[in-house]
Amino acid sequence: MPDPMMNLHSIAAAIPEIYLTAAICVVLLFEAFVGARRPGATGTLTLFALVIGAALTVVFADVAQPTVLFDGAYIADPLAYLLKLSGFLSVAVALLYSRSYLHNRDILKGEYYVLALSALLGIFVLISANSLLTVYLGVELLALSVYAMVAFDRESGVAAEAAMKYFVLGAIASGMLLYGMSIIYGLTGTLDLDGIAVALVAPHDLGVILGLTFIVVAVAFKLGAVPFHMWLPDVYEGAPTSVTLFIGTAPKIAYFALALRLLAHGLAGTSIDWTAMLTPLAVLTLVVGNAVAIAQSNLKRMLAYSTIANVGFILLGFVAGTPDGYAAALFYTLMYVLVALGSFGVIVLASRKGFEADRLEDYKGLYRRDPLLALAMAMLMFSTAGVPPFVGFWAKLRIFQALWETHHLWLVVIAAAMSVVGAFYYLRVVKLMYFDEPSETLPATEGTFGVRLALGLNAAAVLVLGILPAPLLALCSRVIH
Amino acid sequence: MHDHLLSLLIWLPIAAGIAVLLLGERNIVAGRWLALAASLVALALCVPLMRDFDTHTAAMQFIEKAAWIPRFQAYYALGVDGISMPLVVLTALMTIPVVIAGWQVIDKRPAQYYAAFLIMEGLMIGVFSATDALLFYFFWEAMLIPMFLIIGIWGGPRRVYATIKFFLYTFLGSVFMLAALIYMYVKAGNYSIASFQSLPLTLTEQRWIFAAFLLAFAVKVPMWPVHTWLPDAHVEAPTGGSVILAAIMLKMGGYGFLRFSLPIVPDACRELDGLMITLSLIAVIYIGFVALVQQDMKKLIAYSSIAHMGFVTLGAFLVYAIVRTTGITTGAGMGMDGAMVQMVSHGLISGALFLCVGVLYDRMHSRQIADYGGVVNTMPVFAGFMVLFALANTGLPGTSGFVGEFLVILASFKASFWYAALAAVTLILGAGYTLWLVKRVVFGPIANEHVAELHDINGREFLILGVLALAVLLLGVWPEPLLKVMEPSIQHLVSQAAATKIPV
Repeated sequence: MPDPMMNLHSIAAAIPEIYLTAAICVVLLFEAFVGARRPGATGTLTLFALVIGAALTVVFADVAQPTVLFDGAYIADPLAYLLKLSGFLSVAVALLYSRSYLHNRDILKGEYYVLALSALLGIFVLISANSLLTVYLGVELLALSVYAMVAFDRESGVAAEAAMKYFVLGAIASGMLLYGMSIIYGLTGTLDLDGIAVALVAPHDLGVILGLTFIVVAVAFKLGAVPFHMWLPDVYEGAPTSVTLFIGTAPKIAYFALALRLLAHGLAGTSIDWTAMLTPLAVLTLVVGNAVAIAQSNLKRMLAYSTIANVGFILLGFVAGTPDGYAAALFYTLMYVLVALGSFGVIVLASRKGFEADRLEDYKGLYRRDPLLALAMAMLMFSTAGVPPFVGFWAKLRIFQALWETHHLWLVVIAAAMSVVGAFYYLRVVKLMYFDEPSETLPATEGTFGVRLALGLNAAAVLVLGILPAPLLALCSRVIH
Repeated sequence: MHDHLLSLLIWLPIAAGIAVLLLGERNIVAGRWLALAASLVALALCVPLMRDFDTHTAAMQFIEKAAWIPRFQAYYALGVDGISMPLVVLTALMTIPVVIAGWQVIDKRPAQYYAAFLIMEGLMIGVFSATDALLFYFFWEAMLIPMFLIIGIWGGPRRVYATIKFFLYTFLGSVFMLAALIYMYVKAGNYSIASFQSLPLTLTEQRWIFAAFLLAFAVKVPMWPVHTWLPDAHVEAPTGGSVILAAIMLKMGGYGFLRFSLPIVPDACRELDGLMITLSLIAVIYIGFVALVQQDMKKLIAYSSIAHMGFVTLGAFLVYAIVRTTGITTGAGMGMDGAMVQMVSHGLISGALFLCVGVLYDRMHSRQIADYGGVVNTMPVFAGFMVLFALANTGLPGTSGFVGEFLVILASFKASFWYAALAAVTLILGAGYTLWLVKRVVFGPIANEHVAELHDINGREFLILGVLALAVLLLGVWPEPLLKVMEPSIQHLVSQAAATKIPV
């Protein structure tokens, strides 16, 4: 039963969301009164707000036991704590990288930051969702903010097209999600995920499978799993790179939480059914993502397919269907976000006014033009390929382990073969940067000292976590169990 | 210091490599000396390793163990036995000629060049001294990155093709080995190689694991038919890259068979030893013929390497045939002895031959045999070295090449006359392609005006070739210390390989 005498102390666990809502209002007002006179000040304020938010999260949201608030609609647990902290950090880093990019394209507007913060709020709502209603609230808040961000550069026709595609397909996915939820609600009579978990214990019920199908399709849509991935490459390519950087990182944390809360918690009783649905999806995602990435000549598009391939690995963690598998998927997601921040960050920094460094050949001889950027990108590429000593290796190892523990021989073989295919196109990026000579006079790269330092730290984190992964691996397992 | 000797051997070169990288191209003089000093210190660290090595036990020595990933029971665990210790020393030794050989020659990004080789040295020593399978794999894979860059940045015209082929081939092999290692971890509960070796496995499991190991190690050795990356990689690699590739990296495949395949899946090895012996004999004979027709010196030596590594795999897997024929395990280790000696000796000889080709290439910028002829007239000292290493490559008694091949052929006689007869063909083929190479390049009248303008080797080149020549001769006339170091470990390995692990 929810606590009717909810006091201030118990609300403390929801401080991240409450604070973020307040911060959005402050940033909006600040932009309205000061922003026009001092462009860029809103961005600085937002960064401060995010750092303070992370600090407040550490102080208030680090709960030892899961705390359920707001009539069972909201849950604060160690998992939510870890994910929210990662959300704050990744959004802060993404906004830091994009600043000069936005400035060069005359879209350094306060609204960008407001949208980013409200997307983050959507992410948080999703992370802490404990009822179908909260899940939907989070999904929509995140999605609507992000649609607007994709269309933010209103001069750009490609971006408008991408936003339109994203919106239409996203709306279909939301419809699917709602429809699936309505069936589950009809069968169980409750919106509460804990209640659903108690009510649905028998697998292979036809009605449940029907509802489950729509939910799985919606989750696959949001994650970008094949064959529901069509929107992803177009949006990644069409959106301004700073927005690609944003949607390629923090929302992944949210969609991981979506899959975990809905499938692994609420619908845990039917895990036999949804793992059977996820298995072909995961295999298709791995194969199509990796194979199509090879054919790309646009780096943003290539990384979009690489995202799809990585989603395949994350899904494999869910296919294992054990806490260990979820922990593996969590670790993979966090590592993916870390690497995606860096690699899209490199694209943002390599671009100049009037020049989008998004074709692969724009990276020829990057080593000569900017050794730091090239080194960072090389480390990130090796990491995504899963080569030690970088952290991507442990992410893959974790997935392999979870699959072996549940006796999925063929999935291990497919995943292993696909990581070799993946290595090819990551190596090609390194090859362009290090082995080729710059073909023409390409413009110098961007970035103030602070931004470059952040990128360097980002890449260094990939190495340090790769050599000493133990604390993070243990943390991921602890918050899931 | 003994408590951390292996750690020092691994991390000192890596730290020096990073330091050289940080010094940058502008301080390359300091960087060069630092690289030389680091590689010399690493070799000096091998002195206590060899001196205090206990030759009476098969147990791991100089062990270190620290928690690495407690959740997986994976440890930072190091140790060497009679099989890995000689390879650690070989690695430390062969890095020095690489550093010296690049001294005046490498003018493109030299700091990165030295850094890459020093980091490689540390990682390779890590591979040989890791006693935890996860740590082993960590080093094993990490090593691909510097080698990928070495071939891709400093290689020849088709370097990009060669390096990507090299990376993907080895990556493909290793990924499946990783899957096998994780499978055994799930069964055993930790990643220690020793616990894998004592883990009972059914024959079906052993066959799968054997296949995964075979893929990883056969690519590295390389065995026919997955050898095609090697000639490409060698031809395009810079001299130093070729030396490390031939002298050390190929040994990792052989080491893998001895450390993983034979003791972990002995029953599958017993069942499939015919396959291994056949593949080895194909490598020895067929690749020998392929070497005969090569026009490019580096390619010829690369194919010769494949043929010689065929002896290593042949020797390693003869143990079952010997036990079958003689009925006892005594003396069954002779093939393995031969395999080990062959690995060390081939490391020295192939490294030296690639250095010789490098000496010629630095002067003429051609590796085509047809561009040479009569080099002895203008470079007599060099010609002496080249002839010595060529003879060692053919297995001339008195050189290290003889000891390994002789032991393996002797062991194959114990197993079957036909194995021995086929293996002995290599002596003829090896003499054929090596001596024909020497005849066309070194002897005869001066072929053209470029050869006429050649200068003999300088002090730097004399030093490195001289040291390697000494090592080759020393090992050839007095292999006893090496055999003594290996003896208990090989005995232990034979008993592991002869035992069965199928749970009753």
